[in-house]
Amino acid sequence: MDETLLSARGLSLSFGPVTALADVDAELWPGEVLAIVGESGSGKTTLLNVLSGRVAADAGVVWYRDPAGRLQDVHAMPAPALRALHRSDWGFVHQNPRDNLRMNVSAGGNVGERLMAQGARHYGRIREEASAWLQQVEIDPSRMDDMPRTFSGGMLQRLQIARTLVTHPRLVFMDEPTGGLDVSVQARLLDLIRTLVARLGIAVVLVTHDLAVARLLAQRVMVMQRGRVVEQGLTDQVLDDPQHPYTQLLVSSVLQA
Amino acid sequence: MLQARGLAKHFTLHLRGGVRLDVLRDVDLEVRAGECVALAGPSGAGKSTLLRALYGNYRVDGGEIRIRHEGAMVDIASAAPREVVAVRARTLGYVSQFLRVVPRVSALDIVAEAVREASPEEARARAAALLRRLNIPTRLHALPPATFSGGEQQRVNLARGFIGDHPVLLLDEPTASLDGANRDIVVEMIGAAKARGVAIVGIFHDTAVRDAVADRLLHVNPLQDAA
Repeated sequence: MDETLLSARGLSLSFGPVTALADVDAELWPGEVLAIVGESGSGKTTLLNVLSGRVAADAGVVWYRDPAGRLQDVHAMPAPALRALHRSDWGFVHQNPRDNLRMNVSAGGNVGERLMAQGARHYGRIREEASAWLQQVEIDPSRMDDMPRTFSGGMLQRLQIARTLVTHPRLVFMDEPTGGLDVSVQARLLDLIRTLVARLGIAVVLVTHDLAVARLLAQRVMVMQRGRVVEQGLTDQVLDDPQHPYTQLLVSSVLQA
Repeated sequence: MLQARGLAKHFTLHLRGGVRLDVLRDVDLEVRAGECVALAGPSGAGKSTLLRALYGNYRVDGGEIRIRHEGAMVDIASAAPREVVAVRARTLGYVSQFLRVVPRVSALDIVAEAVREASPEEARARAAALLRRLNIPTRLHALPPATFSGGEQQRVNLARGFIGDHPVLLLDEPTASLDGANRDIVVEMIGAAKARGVAIVGIFHDTAVRDAVADRLLHVNPLQDAA
Protein backbone atom coordinates (compact mmCIF):
# COMPACT_ATOMS: atom_id res chain seq x y z
CA MET A 1 0.00 0.00 0.00
CA ASP A 2 2.88 2.34 -0.63
CA GLU A 3 1.49 3.83 -3.79
CA THR A 4 -1.08 6.57 -4.04
CA LEU A 5 -4.44 5.76 -5.56
CA LEU A 6 -5.02 9.32 -6.67
CA SER A 7 -2.59 12.21 -6.87
CA ALA A 8 -3.04 15.73 -8.16
CA ARG A 9 -0.44 18.42 -8.81
CA GLY A 10 -0.79 22.13 -9.38
CA LEU A 11 -4.54 22.28 -9.98
CA SER A 12 -5.72 25.76 -10.84
CA LEU A 13 -9.06 26.94 -12.11
CA SER A 14 -10.70 30.34 -12.41
CA PHE A 15 -14.27 31.26 -13.26
CA GLY A 16 -13.71 34.70 -14.75
CA PRO A 17 -12.31 36.87 -11.96
CA VAL A 18 -13.06 34.24 -9.30
CA THR A 19 -10.26 31.88 -8.32
CA ALA A 20 -11.82 28.49 -7.57
CA LEU A 21 -8.56 26.56 -7.26
CA ALA A 22 -5.06 27.96 -6.85
CA ASP A 23 -2.16 25.54 -7.24
CA VAL A 24 -3.72 22.68 -5.26
CA ASP A 25 -1.88 19.40 -4.68
CA ALA A 26 -3.69 16.37 -3.26
CA GLU A 27 -2.91 12.73 -2.59
CA LEU A 28 -5.00 9.76 -1.56
CA TRP A 29 -3.85 6.29 -0.56
CA PRO A 30 -5.90 3.09 -0.93
CA GLY A 31 -8.48 2.69 1.82
CA GLU A 32 -7.96 6.21 3.14
CA VAL A 33 -10.72 8.73 3.85
CA LEU A 34 -9.74 12.32 3.09
CA ALA A 35 -12.06 15.18 4.03
CA ILE A 36 -12.00 18.53 2.25
CA VAL A 37 -13.47 21.19 4.54
CA GLY A 38 -14.11 24.91 4.23
CA GLU A 39 -16.97 27.34 3.90
CA SER A 40 -19.25 27.71 0.88
CA GLY A 41 -17.28 29.15 -2.00
CA SER A 42 -13.91 27.90 -0.70
CA GLY A 43 -13.50 25.68 -3.77
CA LYS A 44 -14.01 22.30 -2.12
CA THR A 45 -16.73 21.03 -4.46
CA THR A 46 -14.79 22.36 -7.45
CA LEU A 47 -11.77 20.40 -6.26
CA LEU A 48 -13.91 17.25 -5.96
CA ASN A 49 -15.23 17.75 -9.48
CA VAL A 50 -11.74 18.27 -10.90
CA LEU A 51 -10.29 15.27 -9.03
CA SER A 52 -13.05 13.07 -10.42
CA GLY A 53 -12.61 14.35 -13.95
CA ARG A 54 -16.06 15.91 -14.12
CA VAL A 55 -14.70 19.43 -14.57
CA ALA A 56 -11.50 20.36 -16.42
CA ALA A 57 -8.88 22.52 -14.71
CA ASP A 58 -6.99 25.41 -16.32
CA ALA A 59 -3.72 23.85 -15.18
CA GLY A 60 -2.43 20.81 -13.34
CA VAL A 61 -2.76 17.07 -13.60
CA VAL A 62 -4.69 14.28 -11.82
CA TRP A 63 -3.26 10.75 -11.83
CA TYR A 64 -5.28 7.65 -10.98
CA ARG A 65 -3.65 4.27 -10.45
CA ASP A 66 -5.93 1.68 -12.08
CA PRO A 67 -6.36 -1.88 -10.71
CA ALA A 68 -3.61 -3.08 -13.08
CA GLY A 69 -1.22 -0.57 -11.45
CA ARG A 70 -1.03 1.74 -14.47
CA LEU A 71 -1.18 5.49 -13.92
CA GLN A 72 -3.99 7.15 -15.82
CA ASP A 73 -4.08 10.90 -16.50
CA VAL A 74 -7.73 11.45 -15.59
CA HIS A 75 -8.15 14.56 -17.74
CA ALA A 76 -6.44 13.03 -20.77
CA MET A 77 -8.58 9.88 -20.79
CA PRO A 78 -11.02 9.42 -23.67
CA ALA A 79 -14.58 10.21 -22.51
CA PRO A 80 -15.83 6.59 -22.83
CA ALA A 81 -12.93 5.32 -20.66
CA LEU A 82 -13.68 7.96 -18.00
CA ARG A 83 -17.38 7.03 -18.08
CA ALA A 84 -16.47 3.36 -17.68
CA LEU A 85 -14.32 4.28 -14.68
CA HIS A 86 -17.22 6.19 -13.10
CA ARG A 87 -19.49 3.19 -13.68
CA SER A 88 -17.25 0.59 -12.05
CA ASP A 89 -14.08 1.47 -10.16
CA TRP A 90 -15.34 4.82 -8.94
CA GLY A 91 -18.48 6.06 -7.30
CA PHE A 92 -19.90 9.52 -6.76
CA VAL A 93 -22.35 10.32 -3.97
CA HIS A 94 -24.12 13.62 -4.54
CA GLN A 95 -25.61 15.86 -1.89
CA ASN A 96 -28.94 15.60 -3.72
CA PRO A 97 -29.66 11.91 -4.39
CA ARG A 98 -31.94 12.92 -7.27
CA ASP A 99 -28.79 13.91 -9.19
CA ASN A 100 -27.70 10.29 -9.23
CA LEU A 101 -30.86 8.17 -8.94
CA ARG A 102 -33.32 7.56 -11.73
CA MET A 103 -36.58 8.63 -10.18
CA ASN A 104 -38.77 6.70 -12.66
CA VAL A 105 -36.97 3.39 -12.10
CA SER A 106 -37.68 1.16 -9.08
CA ALA A 107 -35.35 1.11 -6.06
CA GLY A 108 -34.09 -2.35 -7.00
CA GLY A 109 -33.65 -1.23 -10.60
CA ASN A 110 -31.54 1.72 -9.49
CA VAL A 111 -29.15 -0.62 -7.69
CA GLY A 112 -29.21 -3.35 -10.36
CA GLU A 113 -28.59 -0.90 -13.17
CA ARG A 114 -24.97 -0.29 -12.10
CA LEU A 115 -24.38 -4.04 -12.12
CA MET A 116 -25.89 -4.39 -15.59
CA ALA A 117 -23.72 -1.51 -16.81
CA GLN A 118 -20.79 -3.65 -15.72
CA GLY A 119 -22.03 -6.57 -17.77
CA ALA A 120 -24.14 -8.58 -15.31
CA ARG A 121 -26.98 -10.28 -17.22
CA HIS A 122 -28.50 -12.93 -14.93
CA TYR A 123 -31.78 -11.33 -13.76
CA GLY A 124 -32.22 -13.46 -10.63
CA ARG A 125 -28.70 -12.80 -9.43
CA ILE A 126 -28.96 -9.05 -10.06
CA ARG A 127 -32.18 -8.99 -8.07
CA GLU A 128 -30.58 -10.94 -5.24
CA GLU A 129 -27.59 -8.61 -5.11
CA ALA A 130 -29.85 -5.54 -5.20
CA SER A 131 -31.92 -6.95 -2.36
CA ALA A 132 -28.78 -7.65 -0.29
CA TRP A 133 -27.60 -4.08 -0.82
CA LEU A 134 -30.94 -2.58 0.15
CA GLN A 135 -30.62 -4.51 3.40
CA GLN A 136 -27.06 -3.26 3.93
CA VAL A 137 -28.31 0.33 3.76
CA GLU A 138 -31.26 -0.54 6.01
CA ILE A 139 -34.02 -0.33 3.41
CA ASP A 140 -36.59 -3.10 3.73
CA PRO A 141 -36.15 -5.31 0.61
CA SER A 142 -39.96 -5.44 0.34
CA ARG A 143 -39.63 -1.85 -0.98
CA MET A 144 -37.49 -3.09 -3.87
CA ASP A 145 -40.16 -2.55 -6.54
CA ASP A 146 -41.29 0.83 -5.19
CA MET A 147 -40.40 4.03 -6.99
CA PRO A 148 -37.83 6.30 -5.30
CA ARG A 149 -40.34 9.17 -5.27
CA THR A 150 -42.21 7.31 -2.49
CA PHE A 151 -39.02 7.37 -0.33
CA SER A 152 -38.05 9.92 2.34
CA GLY A 153 -34.93 12.06 1.90
CA GLY A 154 -32.88 9.85 4.20
CA MET A 155 -33.98 6.70 2.37
CA LEU A 156 -33.12 8.27 -0.99
CA GLN A 157 -29.65 9.04 0.28
CA ARG A 158 -29.22 5.46 1.49
CA LEU A 159 -30.49 4.18 -1.84
CA GLN A 160 -27.91 6.33 -3.60
CA ILE A 161 -25.22 4.78 -1.41
CA ALA A 162 -26.40 1.25 -2.26
CA ARG A 163 -26.39 2.15 -5.97
CA THR A 164 -22.85 3.52 -5.64
CA LEU A 165 -21.32 0.68 -3.62
CA VAL A 166 -22.91 -2.28 -5.42
CA THR A 167 -20.04 -2.42 -7.93
CA HIS A 168 -17.45 -2.47 -5.09
CA PRO A 169 -15.67 0.70 -6.18
CA ARG A 170 -12.13 1.34 -4.93
CA LEU A 171 -12.67 5.09 -4.78
CA VAL A 172 -15.79 7.06 -3.91
CA PHE A 173 -16.22 10.82 -4.15
CA MET A 174 -18.81 12.26 -1.76
CA ASP A 175 -20.19 15.80 -1.91
CA GLU A 176 -21.88 16.78 1.39
CA PRO A 177 -23.56 13.36 1.68
CA THR A 178 -25.42 14.34 4.86
CA GLY A 179 -26.26 17.92 3.85
CA GLY A 180 -29.90 18.88 4.11
CA LEU A 181 -30.95 15.88 6.24
CA ASP A 182 -32.46 15.93 9.73
CA VAL A 183 -29.86 15.29 12.42
CA SER A 184 -31.33 11.92 13.43
CA VAL A 185 -31.33 10.82 9.79
CA GLN A 186 -27.83 12.22 9.44
CA ALA A 187 -26.54 10.17 12.39
CA ARG A 188 -27.89 6.96 10.87
CA LEU A 189 -26.38 7.73 7.49
CA LEU A 190 -22.98 8.66 8.96
CA ASP A 191 -22.89 5.46 10.96
CA LEU A 192 -23.74 3.52 7.82
CA ILE A 193 -21.06 5.23 5.70
CA ARG A 194 -18.47 4.78 8.45
CA THR A 195 -19.21 1.06 8.81
CA LEU A 196 -19.39 0.27 5.08
CA VAL A 197 -16.27 2.24 4.17
CA ALA A 198 -14.25 0.53 6.91
CA ARG A 199 -15.55 -2.95 6.07
CA LEU A 200 -15.05 -2.64 2.31
CA GLY A 201 -11.74 -0.74 2.56
CA ILE A 202 -12.92 1.96 0.14
CA ALA A 203 -10.90 5.14 -0.38
CA VAL A 204 -13.05 8.25 -0.08
CA VAL A 205 -12.67 11.93 -0.93
CA LEU A 206 -15.34 13.62 1.14
CA VAL A 207 -16.42 17.24 0.82
CA THR A 208 -18.14 18.60 3.90
CA HIS A 209 -18.57 21.90 5.70
CA ASP A 210 -19.33 19.98 8.89
CA LEU A 211 -16.19 19.45 10.97
CA ALA A 212 -17.89 16.77 13.09
CA VAL A 213 -18.53 14.72 9.93
CA ALA A 214 -14.87 15.09 8.98
CA ARG A 215 -13.77 13.99 12.45
CA LEU A 216 -16.02 10.96 12.41
CA LEU A 217 -15.16 9.68 8.94
CA ALA A 218 -11.76 10.96 7.83
CA GLN A 219 -8.20 10.09 8.82
CA ARG A 220 -6.88 13.13 7.01
CA VAL A 221 -8.29 16.58 6.31
CA MET A 222 -7.53 19.47 3.94
CA VAL A 223 -8.78 22.94 4.87
CA MET A 224 -9.60 25.20 1.92
CA GLN A 225 -10.08 28.94 1.80
CA ARG A 226 -10.58 30.94 -1.40
CA GLY A 227 -9.33 28.09 -3.60
CA ARG A 228 -6.18 27.39 -1.59
CA VAL A 229 -5.31 24.61 0.82
CA VAL A 230 -4.38 26.59 3.94
CA GLU A 231 -3.77 23.63 6.24
CA GLN A 232 -3.79 19.83 6.07
CA GLY A 233 -2.87 16.82 8.16
CA LEU A 234 -4.27 14.24 10.57
CA THR A 235 -7.91 15.06 11.20
CA ASP A 236 -7.71 15.17 14.99
CA GLN A 237 -4.50 17.22 14.86
CA VAL A 238 -5.92 19.83 12.50
CA LEU A 239 -9.16 20.10 14.50
CA ASP A 240 -7.63 20.01 18.01
CA ASP A 241 -4.50 22.04 17.30
CA PRO A 242 -5.32 24.24 14.29
CA GLN A 243 -2.39 26.39 13.17
CA HIS A 244 -3.83 28.62 10.46
CA PRO A 245 -6.01 31.60 11.45
CA TYR A 246 -8.79 30.41 9.13
CA THR A 247 -8.81 26.89 10.61
CA GLN A 248 -8.85 28.37 14.12
CA LEU A 249 -11.86 30.45 13.09
CA LEU A 250 -13.67 27.42 11.64
CA VAL A 251 -13.00 25.25 14.70
CA SER A 252 -13.94 27.96 17.19
CA SER A 253 -17.16 28.75 15.31
CA VAL A 254 -18.71 25.33 15.93
CA LEU A 255 -21.45 25.35 18.54
CA GLN A 256 -21.11 22.78 21.29
CA ALA A 257 -24.39 20.94 21.60
CA MET B 1 9.83 2.02 23.63
CA LEU B 2 9.38 5.76 23.67
CA GLN B 3 12.06 8.40 23.53
CA ALA B 4 11.27 12.11 23.36
CA ARG B 5 13.95 14.78 23.11
CA GLY B 6 13.86 18.55 23.26
CA LEU B 7 10.12 18.90 22.87
CA ALA B 8 8.83 22.44 22.51
CA LYS B 9 5.26 23.56 22.03
CA HIS B 10 3.52 26.90 21.89
CA PHE B 11 0.06 27.97 20.82
CA THR B 12 -0.60 31.07 18.73
CA LEU B 13 -4.15 32.32 19.16
CA HIS B 14 -4.81 34.15 15.90
CA LEU B 15 -8.32 35.09 16.97
CA ARG B 16 -6.96 36.74 20.12
CA GLY B 17 -4.64 39.12 18.33
CA GLY B 18 -1.94 36.50 17.86
CA VAL B 19 -1.29 35.93 21.56
CA ARG B 20 1.51 33.40 21.98
CA LEU B 21 1.40 30.86 24.80
CA ASP B 22 4.56 28.86 25.43
CA VAL B 23 3.70 25.57 27.08
CA LEU B 24 6.60 23.15 26.69
CA ARG B 25 10.31 23.78 26.29
CA ASP B 26 13.15 21.25 26.21
CA VAL B 27 11.17 18.32 27.53
CA ASP B 28 12.97 14.96 27.50
CA LEU B 29 11.28 11.67 28.31
CA GLU B 30 12.23 8.03 27.98
CA VAL B 31 10.02 5.07 28.79
CA ARG B 32 11.09 1.42 28.66
CA ALA B 33 8.94 -1.63 28.21
CA GLY B 34 7.02 -2.47 31.38
CA GLU B 35 7.64 0.93 32.87
CA CYS B 36 5.09 3.57 33.92
CA VAL B 37 6.07 7.23 34.01
CA ALA B 38 3.66 9.66 35.67
CA LEU B 39 3.57 13.30 34.61
CA ALA B 40 3.47 15.55 37.65
CA GLY B 41 2.99 19.29 38.03
CA PRO B 42 0.32 21.84 38.81
CA SER B 43 -2.80 22.26 36.73
CA GLY B 44 -2.03 24.20 33.55
CA ALA B 45 1.64 23.20 33.51
CA GLY B 46 1.24 21.38 30.20
CA LYS B 47 0.87 17.73 31.23
CA SER B 48 -2.08 17.05 28.93
CA THR B 49 -0.41 19.05 26.16
CA LEU B 50 2.65 16.81 26.48
CA LEU B 51 0.53 13.67 26.42
CA ARG B 52 -1.37 14.87 23.35
CA ALA B 53 1.91 15.75 21.64
CA LEU B 54 3.19 12.21 22.28
CA TYR B 55 0.06 10.88 20.57
CA GLY B 56 0.50 13.20 17.59
CA ASN B 57 -2.73 14.96 18.45
CA TYR B 58 -0.85 18.22 19.02
CA ARG B 59 1.90 19.32 16.68
CA VAL B 60 5.22 20.14 18.34
CA ASP B 61 7.43 23.06 17.25
CA GLY B 62 10.68 21.28 17.97
CA GLY B 63 12.16 18.00 19.12
CA GLU B 64 11.46 14.39 18.27
CA ILE B 65 9.18 11.68 19.60
CA ARG B 66 10.58 8.29 18.69
CA ILE B 67 8.34 5.27 19.22
CA ARG B 68 9.28 1.64 18.63
CA HIS B 69 6.81 0.53 15.98
CA GLU B 70 7.14 -3.00 14.62
CA GLY B 71 10.85 -3.15 15.24
CA ALA B 72 11.75 0.30 13.88
CA MET B 73 11.77 3.73 15.52
CA VAL B 74 9.21 6.16 14.07
CA ASP B 75 9.35 9.87 14.89
CA ILE B 76 5.75 10.89 15.55
CA ALA B 77 6.75 14.56 15.38
CA SER B 78 7.80 14.33 11.73
CA ALA B 79 5.94 11.25 10.42
CA ALA B 80 3.40 11.58 7.60
CA PRO B 81 -0.24 11.45 8.75
CA ARG B 82 -0.79 7.93 7.46
CA GLU B 83 2.31 6.67 9.30
CA VAL B 84 0.88 8.14 12.51
CA VAL B 85 -2.42 6.37 11.74
CA ALA B 86 -0.52 3.06 11.38
CA VAL B 87 1.44 3.61 14.61
CA ARG B 88 -1.78 4.40 16.47
CA ALA B 89 -3.50 1.34 15.04
CA ARG B 90 -0.90 -1.15 16.17
CA THR B 91 1.50 0.41 18.69
CA LEU B 92 0.32 3.57 20.39
CA GLY B 93 -2.88 3.66 22.45
CA TYR B 94 -4.42 6.67 24.17
CA VAL B 95 -7.15 6.91 26.76
CA SER B 96 -8.56 10.43 26.88
CA GLN B 97 -10.34 11.90 29.88
CA PHE B 98 -13.68 11.85 28.15
CA LEU B 99 -15.30 9.38 25.81
CA ARG B 100 -16.18 10.76 22.40
CA VAL B 101 -19.55 9.18 21.76
CA VAL B 102 -20.65 8.30 18.25
CA PRO B 103 -24.40 8.42 17.68
CA ARG B 104 -26.03 4.99 17.36
CA VAL B 105 -22.91 2.96 18.16
CA SER B 106 -23.36 0.69 21.21
CA ALA B 107 -20.92 0.53 24.12
CA LEU B 108 -20.04 -3.00 23.06
CA ASP B 109 -19.19 -1.99 19.49
CA ILE B 110 -17.19 1.04 20.62
CA VAL B 111 -14.93 -1.36 22.49
CA ALA B 112 -15.08 -4.24 19.96
CA GLU B 113 -13.96 -1.91 17.15
CA ALA B 114 -10.66 -1.41 18.94
CA VAL B 115 -9.89 -5.15 19.12
CA ARG B 116 -7.15 -6.08 16.70
CA GLU B 117 -6.80 -9.23 14.62
CA ALA B 118 -9.96 -11.05 15.67
CA SER B 119 -13.21 -12.12 14.05
CA PRO B 120 -16.19 -9.83 14.82
CA GLU B 121 -17.66 -12.50 17.15
CA GLU B 122 -14.44 -12.92 19.07
CA ALA B 123 -13.95 -9.14 19.26
CA ARG B 124 -17.44 -8.75 20.72
CA ALA B 125 -16.88 -11.57 23.22
CA ARG B 126 -13.63 -10.02 24.42
CA ALA B 127 -15.19 -6.56 24.59
CA ALA B 128 -18.12 -7.89 26.64
CA ALA B 129 -15.76 -9.63 29.07
CA LEU B 130 -13.69 -6.49 29.62
CA LEU B 131 -16.79 -4.30 30.05
CA ARG B 132 -18.11 -6.73 32.68
CA ARG B 133 -14.75 -6.67 34.44
CA LEU B 134 -15.10 -2.87 34.61
CA ASN B 135 -18.57 -3.35 36.11
CA ILE B 136 -20.57 -2.27 33.05
CA PRO B 137 -23.53 -4.67 33.32
CA THR B 138 -24.48 -6.69 30.23
CA ARG B 139 -27.86 -4.97 29.91
CA LEU B 140 -26.03 -1.71 29.06
CA HIS B 141 -23.73 -3.19 26.40
CA ALA B 142 -26.19 -2.76 23.53
CA LEU B 143 -26.86 0.91 24.36
CA PRO B 144 -24.96 3.89 22.95
CA PRO B 145 -23.12 5.40 25.95
CA ALA B 146 -24.42 8.94 25.39
CA THR B 147 -26.83 8.52 28.31
CA PHE B 148 -24.33 6.76 30.62
CA SER B 149 -22.98 8.44 33.77
CA GLY B 150 -19.54 10.07 33.68
CA GLY B 151 -17.98 7.11 35.48
CA GLU B 152 -19.59 4.58 33.15
CA GLN B 153 -18.42 6.51 30.09
CA GLN B 154 -14.92 6.63 31.46
CA ARG B 155 -14.93 2.87 31.99
CA VAL B 156 -16.14 2.28 28.41
CA ASN B 157 -13.31 4.56 27.28
CA LEU B 158 -10.82 2.59 29.38
CA ALA B 159 -12.06 -0.69 27.95
CA ARG B 160 -11.61 0.71 24.44
CA GLY B 161 -8.10 1.91 25.30
CA PHE B 162 -6.92 -1.30 26.95
CA ILE B 163 -8.48 -3.87 24.63
CA GLY B 164 -6.21 -2.97 21.70
CA ASP B 165 -3.24 -4.20 23.78
CA HIS B 166 -0.91 -1.53 22.40
CA PRO B 167 2.76 -1.79 23.43
CA VAL B 168 2.77 1.93 24.34
CA LEU B 169 -0.16 3.41 26.25
CA LEU B 170 -0.92 7.04 27.16
CA LEU B 171 -3.43 7.61 29.97
CA ASP B 172 -4.97 11.01 30.73
CA GLU B 173 -6.59 10.90 34.19
CA PRO B 174 -7.95 7.36 33.74
CA THR B 175 -9.52 7.23 37.21
CA ALA B 176 -10.82 10.81 37.57
CA SER B 177 -14.53 9.97 37.77
CA LEU B 178 -14.35 6.45 39.23
CA ASP B 179 -15.36 5.18 42.65
CA GLY B 180 -12.95 3.25 44.88
CA ALA B 181 -13.81 -0.24 43.68
CA ASN B 182 -13.48 0.64 40.01
CA ARG B 183 -10.31 2.60 40.68
CA ASP B 184 -8.75 -0.54 42.15
CA ILE B 185 -9.71 -2.53 39.03
CA VAL B 186 -8.02 0.06 36.81
CA VAL B 187 -4.90 -0.01 39.00
CA GLU B 188 -4.88 -3.79 38.57
CA MET B 189 -5.28 -3.47 34.79
CA ILE B 190 -2.39 -1.01 34.59
CA GLY B 191 -0.26 -3.38 36.68
CA ALA B 192 -1.10 -6.30 34.40
CA ALA B 193 -0.27 -4.23 31.30
CA LYS B 194 3.12 -3.33 32.79
CA ALA B 195 3.77 -7.01 33.55
CA ARG B 196 3.09 -7.75 29.84
CA GLY B 197 5.77 -5.19 28.95
CA VAL B 198 3.54 -2.25 28.01
CA ALA B 199 5.25 1.14 28.35
CA ILE B 200 2.90 3.67 29.96
CA VAL B 201 2.87 7.44 30.33
CA GLY B 202 0.06 8.80 32.45
CA ILE B 203 -1.42 11.72 34.31
CA PHE B 204 -2.85 10.65 37.68
CA HIS B 205 -4.12 13.34 40.02
CA ASP B 206 -5.12 10.69 42.52
CA THR B 207 -1.86 10.25 44.44
CA ALA B 208 -2.84 6.80 45.74
CA VAL B 209 -3.27 5.59 42.15
CA ARG B 210 -0.08 7.31 41.11
CA ASP B 211 1.94 5.70 43.91
CA ALA B 212 0.47 2.32 43.06
CA VAL B 213 1.34 2.34 39.34
CA ALA B 214 4.17 4.80 38.63
CA ASP B 215 7.81 3.81 38.59
CA ARG B 216 9.03 7.36 38.06
CA LEU B 217 7.70 10.90 37.97
CA LEU B 218 8.44 13.46 35.29
CA HIS B 219 7.89 16.98 36.59
CA VAL B 220 6.33 19.32 34.07
CA ASN B 221 6.91 22.88 35.19
CA PRO B 222 4.84 25.85 34.07
CA LEU B 223 6.78 28.20 31.80
CA GLN B 224 6.77 31.94 32.44
CA ASP B 225 4.05 33.56 30.36
CA ALA B 226 5.82 35.01 27.37
CA ALA B 227 2.77 36.85 26.10
